[in-house]
Amino acid sequence: MNACDLAIIGAGPAGMAAATEAANAGLSVILLDEQPVPGGQVYRAIETVPEERRKILGPDYQKGIGIAEAFRACKATYIPEATVWNINPDLSIDYSRNGGSAQVSTRHLLIATGAVERPTPMPGWTLPGVTTAGALQILLKAHGGIGDDVVLVGSGPLLYLLAQQMIVAGVPPKAIVETVDRERYIKAARHLCSALTALPYLRKGMSMMRQIRRAGVPRYSGAHDIRIEGSQRADAVRFFANGRAHHIETSSVALHQGVVPNQQATRLLGCDHVWNESQRCFVPKLDEFLESSVENVFVAGDGAGVAGAKSAEIRGRLVALRVAGRLGSDTDAEIRALQRQLRRDEAIRPFLETLYAPSDEVMVPGDDVLVCRCEEVTAGAIREAVDLGAPGPNQVKSFLRSGMGPCQGRMCGLTVSTIIAERRSEDPGSIGYYRLRPPLKPLLLSELAQLEREPTRDEPL
Amino acid sequence: MVATSTRQMTADLLVIGGGIHGCSAALHAALRGLRVIVFEKDTVARHASGVNAGGVRKLGRHIAEIPLSLHSMSIWRHIADLVDDDCGFQPAPQIKVAETEAELETLRRRVAELNGLGYTHERILDRQTMREHLPGVAEHCVGAIASLDDGFAQPYQTTFAFQRKAQKTGVRVLENTPVERVFKSGKDWKVSTGGQEFTGRFVLNCAGAWGGEIARQIGDHAPVRAYAPMMIVTERLRPFCTAVVGATGRPLSFKQMPNGTVVIGGGRPGVPEPASNRTHMQMAELRHSAQTAMDIFPVMRAAQIVRSWAGIEGLMPDGIPIIGPAAHAQGAFHAFGFSAHGFQLGPGVGDVMAELIATGRTQAPITPFSIERFPQNPTRAHKELS
Repeated sequence: MNACDLAIIGAGPAGMAAATEAANAGLSVILLDEQPVPGGQVYRAIETVPEERRKILGPDYQKGIGIAEAFRACKATYIPEATVWNINPDLSIDYSRNGGSAQVSTRHLLIATGAVERPTPMPGWTLPGVTTAGALQILLKAHGGIGDDVVLVGSGPLLYLLAQQMIVAGVPPKAIVETVDRERYIKAARHLCSALTALPYLRKGMSMMRQIRRAGVPRYSGAHDIRIEGSQRADAVRFFANGRAHHIETSSVALHQGVVPNQQATRLLGCDHVWNESQRCFVPKLDEFLESSVENVFVAGDGAGVAGAKSAEIRGRLVALRVAGRLGSDTDAEIRALQRQLRRDEAIRPFLETLYAPSDEVMVPGDDVLVCRCEEVTAGAIREAVDLGAPGPNQVKSFLRSGMGPCQGRMCGLTVSTIIAERRSEDPGSIGYYRLRPPLKPLLLSELAQLEREPTRDEPL
Repeated sequence: MVATSTRQMTADLLVIGGGIHGCSAALHAALRGLRVIVFEKDTVARHASGVNAGGVRKLGRHIAEIPLSLHSMSIWRHIADLVDDDCGFQPAPQIKVAETEAELETLRRRVAELNGLGYTHERILDRQTMREHLPGVAEHCVGAIASLDDGFAQPYQTTFAFQRKAQKTGVRVLENTPVERVFKSGKDWKVSTGGQEFTGRFVLNCAGAWGGEIARQIGDHAPVRAYAPMMIVTERLRPFCTAVVGATGRPLSFKQMPNGTVVIGGGRPGVPEPASNRTHMQMAELRHSAQTAMDIFPVMRAAQIVRSWAGIEGLMPDGIPIIGPAAHAQGAFHAFGFSAHGFQLGPGVGDVMAELIATGRTQAPITPFSIERFPQNPTRAHKELS
C-alpha cells in the first residue's frame, strides 16, 4: 500500500484546517475521525445544528461553519466514524469502522485529538446526576435539552460560556459555585498587560460575565470543601464560601476544572511529555513547528497545549505547511506569519491559566475520594501504596488496578500522578504517567481477529 | 538510594536483578542470615515479573522442571506465611483442551510418560469432565489434560511483596541502580554502579533478559535473548470460567480473573527493545490469540479488549532456564532465562539458590539447568550465536 503524505487524527478545527491546507498544497491527506460529521468537540454538529440552536451557541461557534465547508471542499480523504485504536512505530494506523478493522499508512502524522476535561474527583462526583460541563455542552449542541436546576461547579472559561449559553437557551443554571477566589484575580491581573494584545477574548469574557449577572444567576466564589450529597443520586451541593456553609438543592451538577491535552495517542507513540506548571498538566514536548520528539509525528490543537479553537486552526495550518515544506514547497514565509499569529492569539493564556488554575482539592483530593471510578480506588489507597514503596503511576496501577478499567485511565491518570507527586514531594514531571498501550479505545475481540496487516486497504472501509 | 559507609557497600551476597527471582533469592538468603544487596536497574518488578500472566502452573512443565515446580507449589500454597501477603494467589485448575482426537492422544501419551516417572499431578479429562470444569468451552473440544490443584496470582503484588519482606528481613534493594561492571577482586566479587563499588563474597545473576551481559562479565556464555509475550485483557464479563485454560494445537493462555476480566496470552511475541525498556505490540499477530480465544470460548466474540501489554522476558534456545553456579568462576551463580514461565518457579528457585549459596550444596536436581549445557569456549560460543 502507498503511504499518504499526511494522516490526521481528529476533525476539530486543527484537523480540518490542516487537512484543507495540506490537500490544497497538493499533499495526499487522510483524515480519520471518530464522529459521523466534522467539527470535533468545539464545533460539534456544526453542519447540522438548527438555526435556532446555532444562535444559542453564539458567533464563535458559527466560525466553525467556514472551516468545515473548506474542509468538505478540499481533496483530503475523509474517513468518519473511524475509531483509531492503534498507531504502530512505523506510523501505520489501525482503526475500526462498521465492525471491521483496517489500516492506513502515512509518512507524517498529525495528532489533532484535542483536549479532555480535567478529572474532577471530589466527594459525590460519581453519583448519578453529576456530569461535566463539557458533557452538558455536548447535550446542548447535539440535542438541546438540559435540566432546569443545574448547578455548575468549578473553574474555567467553559463554565461561564456554558452558563451564558444556558441563559440564552432559557434554562439558566441555578447557581455557579466557583473554586476561584479573590486572591487568584489579583495574581492573574499581573498578566493583564500581555493579555491586552488578545483584547477580543477579554471583551468576550466580560460580556459573558455581564449576561450572567443580568440573568441573576447566583455566583459563589472561593468555594471549598465541596461535596455532592445524595444517596441514590445527587440531591444537593454543600460547600463553604466566604466563611459560611452553603447548601444548594439540585438534581443535576455539572463539574469543570478546565481542559487538558488528550495524551492517549502521544503517550502510545512514546512522545516525550513535560509537566506544564502553568496549565497544571502534561503536554507533549514540541518544537516550534509542533513536531514531537518522535520524528514525523506532529500535534496541533489543544492536544499541543490548551489554547482554544482559533489557535487550534492556526496550529493545524502550520503543521500542514511544515509537512508541505518538507516535501519540497517553499512555505517558510507563511509559517513565520502563522507563528506570529499564534503568539498573538496565545497571549491571553497566562492570564486565563493563572485565574482558572484547577483547585487543589481536585488535584490532590482527600483520602476518602474515589480517584479511579472504574476500579473504585480512593486517593487514600494510592497514598498507602506510595508509602509502601510504589514509586510511580505504573506500579500503583499494577498494585491497585487504578487505570485498568474501561476508561483506560482517562478519568484517573492525571490525579494519580499528582497525588503521587505530592506524597513524594516531587514534581509531577519526574513522576510521569501511565504507560499507554493499544487499543486506544476498547476494541471487540472479533474486530481484532479481523485485522489484516497485509494486504492493507487504500480505500476507506 | 546512596550508600555511604563501607559497611553499606559490603554484603555477603550481591543480587543483580529485582524481579521475582532476585527478590525471592534475596529474601531466602536473608532468612538464612546472609547480608544481601539487590541491584535493580529500573524499579522492582518493572519487567516480566510484574506484568506476566500470573499463572501458577505445574501443568505442562518440562520434565526437568517438575521437581522445582512442585517445591515452589508447596511454598505458593502458604505464600502469606513467607511474605505476609497473599499475593492474590487463587487455587484453580489449569486445563489444556484438545480440539481433535489426535491432540487428545498426544495428551494421553504425556500423562503416561509422567506416570511412568512417578508424577501424578497431570491427568486426562474426558469430554464430560472437561465440560463440567469449563461449561463455556466450544462444542468441538474433545477432552483435556489438567492439573487440578494449580492456580494463579497477581504478579506485581507478588514481586512487590517479596521485595518488602526482603527489605524487612534486612535486604537492601537499590532501585534505578544499573550494574555497570561485575568483576572478581581477590576472593570477592565487586559490582560497580554510578561511580560506587560494592563488595560481596557471592554474586547472583537474576537479570532476566539482561542476564547474558552479566554472565559474560562473570566469564560465562549464555545465549539468552529478549522476548516479549503479548497479552490482552478484556472488560469485565459475567463469571463463566474458573480455570486457567490453554490449547494443545495452537498457543493460548486464557483465564478469567475474580473481577470478571479475561486475560488472554500465550501467542506470538511482540517486539522487545531491551535497551530502551520498551516493547512494541504486534496487533496483527495478536489477532491470532483473539481468534483462538473466540474459537475455544464462543462467549468471547462480544468481549471488548481494554488493554494489551508485553513484558520483557529472557528466552533460552532450549526453553528452560539457567540455574546454578557459574561455569568457572567461584562464588558466582545464575538464575535467569526462565523463558516466559518463571513466575511460578520464583518462590522455590529462590529457596534453592539461597541454599546453594549459603551452604554450597542443594538436594534440588538442578544439573539440567547448568549454564555449561551451552558451549563456554568463546570461539564456539561465537559460532553458535551466528
